[in-house]
Amino acid sequence: MSKMLRVKELSYRYGTKQVLHRVSFAVEQGEFFGILGPNGSGKTTLLKLLSKELPLQEGETMLNNMPLTSFSRKQLARTVAVLPQSVDAAFGYTVKETVELGRYAHQHGLLPKWTEEDERAVQEALEKTGLLAKQQQPIDQLSGGERQRVYLARALAQEPKLLLLDEPTNHMDIAQQVRLLDELKQWTNEKRLTVVAIFHDLHLASLYCDRLLLLHEGRVVTSGTPSELMEETTIERVFHVAVRRQAHPALPAPLVTFLPHVEHMSEGLASITVTTTSEQLVITTKKPFKVLSSAVVGAGFQWARYFVNRHVPKQYTSSDPEAEMKQYLRERSFDVQQTIGMMTAVYVEDAAFVYEKDSGVSLCVMVTAGVGNAVDVTKAWQQNASSSVGTINTMIFIDGTLTDAAFVQAVMTATEAKTKALCDEGVLDPATNTIATGTSTDCIAIAASQTGIEYAYAGSATALGKAIGRAVYEATINALRNYEKRKGERR
Amino acid sequence: MLLGISIGALSIPFSTIIEIFLAQIGIASKHPIPDNLVQIVLAIRLPRVVLAFFVGAALSLAGAAFQGLLKNPLADPYTLGVSSGASVGAVLVLFFHWQIPFFSTFTLPVVSVAFGIATLFLVLLFARKVDRRLSIETIILTGIIFSAFFSALISLMIALSGEELRQVIGWLMGSVAMRGWNYTLMIAPFFLIGSVLLIANLRELNAFAFGEAVAAHIGVDVAKRKLAILIGASLLTGAAVAVSGAIGFVGLVVPHMVRLVIGPNHRLLLPLSLLYGGAFLVLADLAARTIISPRELPIGVITALIGAPLFAYLFFKRKT
Repeated sequence: MSKMLRVKELSYRYGTKQVLHRVSFAVEQGEFFGILGPNGSGKTTLLKLLSKELPLQEGETMLNNMPLTSFSRKQLARTVAVLPQSVDAAFGYTVKETVELGRYAHQHGLLPKWTEEDERAVQEALEKTGLLAKQQQPIDQLSGGERQRVYLARALAQEPKLLLLDEPTNHMDIAQQVRLLDELKQWTNEKRLTVVAIFHDLHLASLYCDRLLLLHEGRVVTSGTPSELMEETTIERVFHVAVRRQAHPALPAPLVTFLPHVEHMSEGLASITVTTTSEQLVITTKKPFKVLSSAVVGAGFQWARYFVNRHVPKQYTSSDPEAEMKQYLRERSFDVQQTIGMMTAVYVEDAAFVYEKDSGVSLCVMVTAGVGNAVDVTKAWQQNASSSVGTINTMIFIDGTLTDAAFVQAVMTATEAKTKALCDEGVLDPATNTIATGTSTDCIAIAASQTGIEYAYAGSATALGKAIGRAVYEATINALRNYEKRKGERR
Repeated sequence: MLLGISIGALSIPFSTIIEIFLAQIGIASKHPIPDNLVQIVLAIRLPRVVLAFFVGAALSLAGAAFQGLLKNPLADPYTLGVSSGASVGAVLVLFFHWQIPFFSTFTLPVVSVAFGIATLFLVLLFARKVDRRLSIETIILTGIIFSAFFSALISLMIALSGEELRQVIGWLMGSVAMRGWNYTLMIAPFFLIGSVLLIANLRELNAFAFGEAVAAHIGVDVAKRKLAILIGASLLTGAAVAVSGAIGFVGLVVPHMVRLVIGPNHRLLLPLSLLYGGAFLVLADLAARTIISPRELPIGVITALIGAPLFAYLFFKRKT
């Protein structure tokens, strides 16, 4: 691939103020290249040097292996188009008239003719930006986002090879931002258009850019793929904000989120309240807990305040249990977004609770257990799957801050403890007559206050792991005994 | 234009005028036309109307260009001080009876234009020193400062000169009367060059409407084009002032009126401002010499009387 743009040892100063300091980088054709940095890091100055809006002072800027200074304004405009951060809206011009200006560099002579080629380029630019229907409207009647699209269309009418954008999604709502960037991305792929864009939003930058350049106080901090660049420590050092990096839910891109500085007071588990009726057991926390669960409602990672263990009849069937459960929760005025909802055929009055406060770990475990569907998972392949309502529901509340690893390990530790409890109680898989390891639709939720003590891990070697193991084992045994007792009574 | 030639102290029917024109190009009429009528039409009315047209067109075109380039709806040759500067030049020529050898009769417009251009650059330079962004208010205020100063200079010269400068005062009032063909010839070359300079920069003016940065982005050689436009507009202003004195409001009102009707695109705005500006001043001159006939009103009075209320009305209508 050829280098579209190459910047070498570029420095710039306004008066005595050094704004850029020996900046070097190169952009290949067809690349989507992002420039990031806090305010005053020299991003806009850099872009202005690339568009020759500012004169070159020191260093080298090469476009297609030719010095930028060797291009006349018109020649440059045939290769490079610029979308500035803000444009003075000229009063009364229509969308089309504005876009037509983009053809200036392609026209020649004193009073040039408007050619078919010019018209085609303008119509194409209007079409791509979704402005075909609005071309006769005056631009001062458009919204800020639409106007930005008009200026983008003008830039595209230049039919550039390189597009320089200064915060292109300023003044746009989220939908417009995503649509614009989607389109730009598509053109880099289809038309080999090269895009160099300043971003304010780390998020959008890492989603759309092939490579990023991070500027800080006029110097290049680092450059590379979003994945390489979005290091928590780097971002925190440059932007002076706390960030957490996560995986994007659908794309192989890093997701950087900011942590606002808020004092978190640990309230312990004292703020947890439990309300039990014949139809449901509800645990409410005062502040939201971070939860990893396999529940019908609120599965995966979630922040929640309401934990509902709902009793359903043994014959319960539904083609869409999640929707049905949400409906159930809504009817009872729960905020579905903040609720973890599980179901069980077991009577929820038989739930077993264990509080653990020793060894510095503060946690609470709730288990409801029924073993009508007990299964030995190692023999399960021999049977037809039966998916009646599941029956060992475990909820663990921890006062502390857990890492993702700790959450997953907590699930493992709790599962092992549950299996050991079934084994020690001698619960059998009725089909194979071997010791059962669980039931066919067991459910678990690990909830952590994310305040106070930090737990990096929750394996059996850690204090947290040990506490979980003991508490879950104890609660499961108690719940199984409550279950057996009620079965005995009913006979 | 026919109307302008026809009406006057002595009304001359259209048909007669056309017959006079035809006679001039060799097509003789059936019945003979009185000689005095031919004299009035060719030596007095026609040059006057043509001159009024040139002056109106020049001022309107210059106003449209200043407004577009400076993105300033209040800019025109007068508010920017260009007219006052040109006036100072013209008065100096009349006062000292200067005659630059090579230019001979063109001394007056050449000096006017030079003073106009110099004033414009002084105003812009000063305004830039005050406020780097060259905001609308700064430019206008600077223009007013320079205008006031130059007006004072002119008054000073008149005061010092005594009787023989009646000519200057008459000239200052602004009139296209009794100028004859030589004045029309005087403005013609400047008008031509200035118009061509501006019309050739139609597209650049459109680009400047979006700011100089945008103009540069789409490939406009900003410094060169800006200079060309400023010089073109100053040529027009200077030449108009040189032949007709200070006639206000044309450069402000006409481009606005045209813009309200056809929009801001200079592709249409410039040519139409030229035509309407010319026609506007011909009619204004007609009014000036007929309303209190046989005496004449200064044409500036008419342009302001027609221009200001019309402008206010259009401005108001647009706002609501």
